[in-house]
Amino acid sequence: MNQAELAWRKDAMDTERRHDGADDPPSFESYARQVRQRFMRHKVAVWGLATTLLLLAAGLLAPWLAPYQPNEITDAFSAGPSADYLLGTDQVGRDVLSRLLYGTRVSLLIGFTTVAIYVLFGTLVGLIAGYYGKWIDMLLMRITDIFLSFPYMLVVLVMVSVLGASLWTIIIVLALFKWPAIAMLVRGIVLSLKKADYVRAGVALGYSTPRILLRHILPGASGAIIVNATFGVASTILAEAGLSFLGMGVKSPQASLGNMLHDAQSLTVLTEQQWLWLPAGFIILLTVLAFNFVGDGLRDALDGRQL
Amino acid sequence: MQIERLSTHYPVRGAFLSRRDKAVKAVDDVSLTLYEGETVGLVGESGCGKSTLGRTIIRLEQSSGGRIRFEGRDITHDPPKKLIPARMRMQMIFQDPYASLNPRMRIVDTLSEPLLVHRLVERHEIRREVDRLLALVGLPSSAGNRYPHEFSGGQRQRIGIARALSFRPKLLVCDEPVSALDVSIQAQILNLLQDLQEELTLTYLFIAHGIGAVKQISKRVAVMYLGKIVELAGTEELFRRPRHPYTQLLLNAYPPPDPAYRRKQSRVILHGDIPSPANPPAGCRFHTRCPYAQQRCRVETPHLSEKEHAVACHYPLA
Amino acid sequence: MGPYLVRRLLIAVPVFWGITVLSFLIMNMAPGNPVDMFINPNVPPEMRELRKELLGLNDPVYVQYFKWLAGVLRGELGYSFSSYAPVTELIGARIGPTLLLASSSLAVGLIIAIPIGILSAVKHNTRLDYLMTGLSFLGTSIPPFFLGLGLIYILGVELKWLPTGGMKTLGGDGGFADIAIHLIMPVLVLGMTIAGKKVRYVRASMLDVLGQDYLRTARSKGLSEWAVTNRHALRNALIPIIAVIGAEIPLLLGGSIIIEQVFQWPGIGQLTMEAILSRDYPTLMGLNLVAASVVLLTNLLIDILYAAVDPRIEFN
Repeated sequence: MNQAELAWRKDAMDTERRHDGADDPPSFESYARQVRQRFMRHKVAVWGLATTLLLLAAGLLAPWLAPYQPNEITDAFSAGPSADYLLGTDQVGRDVLSRLLYGTRVSLLIGFTTVAIYVLFGTLVGLIAGYYGKWIDMLLMRITDIFLSFPYMLVVLVMVSVLGASLWTIIIVLALFKWPAIAMLVRGIVLSLKKADYVRAGVALGYSTPRILLRHILPGASGAIIVNATFGVASTILAEAGLSFLGMGVKSPQASLGNMLHDAQSLTVLTEQQWLWLPAGFIILLTVLAFNFVGDGLRDALDGRQL
Repeated sequence: MQIERLSTHYPVRGAFLSRRDKAVKAVDDVSLTLYEGETVGLVGESGCGKSTLGRTIIRLEQSSGGRIRFEGRDITHDPPKKLIPARMRMQMIFQDPYASLNPRMRIVDTLSEPLLVHRLVERHEIRREVDRLLALVGLPSSAGNRYPHEFSGGQRQRIGIARALSFRPKLLVCDEPVSALDVSIQAQILNLLQDLQEELTLTYLFIAHGIGAVKQISKRVAVMYLGKIVELAGTEELFRRPRHPYTQLLLNAYPPPDPAYRRKQSRVILHGDIPSPANPPAGCRFHTRCPYAQQRCRVETPHLSEKEHAVACHYPLA
Repeated sequence: MGPYLVRRLLIAVPVFWGITVLSFLIMNMAPGNPVDMFINPNVPPEMRELRKELLGLNDPVYVQYFKWLAGVLRGELGYSFSSYAPVTELIGARIGPTLLLASSSLAVGLIIAIPIGILSAVKHNTRLDYLMTGLSFLGTSIPPFFLGLGLIYILGVELKWLPTGGMKTLGGDGGFADIAIHLIMPVLVLGMTIAGKKVRYVRASMLDVLGQDYLRTARSKGLSEWAVTNRHALRNALIPIIAVIGAEIPLLLGGSIIIEQVFQWPGIGQLTMEAILSRDYPTLMGLNLVAASVVLLTNLLIDILYAAVDPRIEFN
């Protein structure tokens, strides 16, 4: 038992002695407040959250914010930043700022959808493997081993190229090789929680297995899942950008942050038209960094008491 | 409830490819009958299998042999659905009140969940039923709106008892219900259990590793060692005249409050550790630590005699 | 230890089998037929059929799989669709540069991460710690291709300190110094990614160990803080780090694709891109299989090594 826990238990006993406490506020609110306070103390996490919200707003509002249509070909080619084109135009004559806004939209869409899919699936696998144990666990864990053996970038790249890159194939393939991590995380938590007396009490009270898994075990894993998912959005956006950079992700003419950097592989673009790749690179960096900081803040904030 | 030759073994993987998968015999060939309204104490060192026995008879662990008969019906192999009526008549109180309540649920939700899941109480009447349960264990209605961590250990244990009583069961397995509590609180909980027993004609299987609580609450006491019951007798009788050497040593280890009495007794102390239940000694399982062990004890397994004061020993004490 | 080893090895067998199945399945999801897609449309249909027959593409899928698996077990991965060379040869010719790149990056990553992580832990919750942790986040968040392009622009083009790509200077001797100078930038980029993750891991592991009782004992014996950190904490903190190095192998192999593309490094990553662009399925299948097998094998080795180093692991 660590110090914090001891102090907490002592505190609980003091509460008993003090009064019956009928007028205490319900505890979930106080817990939520505690988490919020801890998160707010984490300054970079707050910065991350603000940036994330800003990027989300930019992505959602792209159609209204963008000065031009993302694929609209203007009469300026490879023009540097100017009053008309704040971040210049690309070689085909499209407005870079507009494409950046739409690219952010696509990156966030892929990030969130992919994570939602694999978190759902991985959690399900983890719950089943951890709770049922025995051969089901053995089988599911070997399958996760198989998926985890493939280097992520390599297998995703090859599979997307084989299936043909569309938004949905990219999302499905990115998710297909990401669920094992969540499955293993959830499985570990289930293994420890299923021995908890309150779960045993649930069995003794004749609750169905889905009820026990979803209402009594899953909430105990939710903190870890949320943290992992936040980091997952960051790494998924990074992976998609990598795919697009290699020319195997979101295909031109659709704008994505990664494929805007694809052109920078040519030395002219790299050295003479920095407006074509520097902003896109910074936006990716900013997005990934923001999500990573939020994840870190959430981890610290949720960690305190294992609630 | 009747337990006949019940065993609970956990598989332990043996050396790889050796084919001889071993098993931890946590409960091995145990027979015991619980009569309505009585309390049977179950004592033994930690690791002797007493908690496993408790969990097995209410089907929280699957037995590997023997039979469990409850209210005239064999429930040993009932599938979960068929087991529900029996579950409603037998419940469990857990040892650690800090682990036995879901920390994310308010007390009112913890107490109403079983009743709502099994549709025993209408939703609009649930709060009244929860209040009744809380009152039964001496807690105010306002406790319902709070979360477990706002309560002390003793209060939580009361909530655990309230939850166990929500089905109005007949049998309660109390798995060391007071050993995690402060001494002053222990007495309160024991009194509560006794009051409830009278009021609701409950049957208790009261598991403890300390002798004190068992002595206060039990009508009969069973002593367990390495998965087997070695002695079973009325509480008075057992404490006055233990017949199994292990029981005697166990009683010796428990200091009576009277120092004068303590001095009179020539104290033989229990030496050594309890052997691994994965690899229990042959013959009488206690022979490795028994001060009176003889050749026969190393070879032949003694069985529990079928007397009022039952003992499993080749050379019981007078 | 013996039985543990055997069991660990036996678990790897079905996993390896699963890897072959998955590698094969991915390639068979491809729409259309590679021969139809890639052979010059002027080739007469009967010639096309002959090619398909020769490549075994008219067999049912499971027959194709077992033929391929039989080859794999003999150490053959089939023939490239585009160059007709054996896939094993193609991979063999390119694996050297990638191993060089990956192992140097791992080494550099650890050389950066371990001291910084330890420093961060010893000085935890100071400004220095925050700075280091912040930098480590930057390291994991920066897209490697962006960092790579930035370095090429600054160090290669503007300052002209380092070559912008390739492994050797054209017409150069290809000696140690020549390769080393080409290696600096790609290794820096890949090493940064590794270091970013590892800094936080080393820091956490070190903090964990620093809080243990035996260190308090060591301190109370009057040992200097340096001796405590160095002799007692470090060893115990680094053991778990061995285990997570295994987790870096797939990252290195995957990450090197992008790095090799950015720096024109002639390794497996470039081969992958070439094979993708020419729809060279046997080569891609072979690449996936080899990469996954390397990961499986290193994980196996690390588990065994870890078990040998950490006396707390039981072998039953």
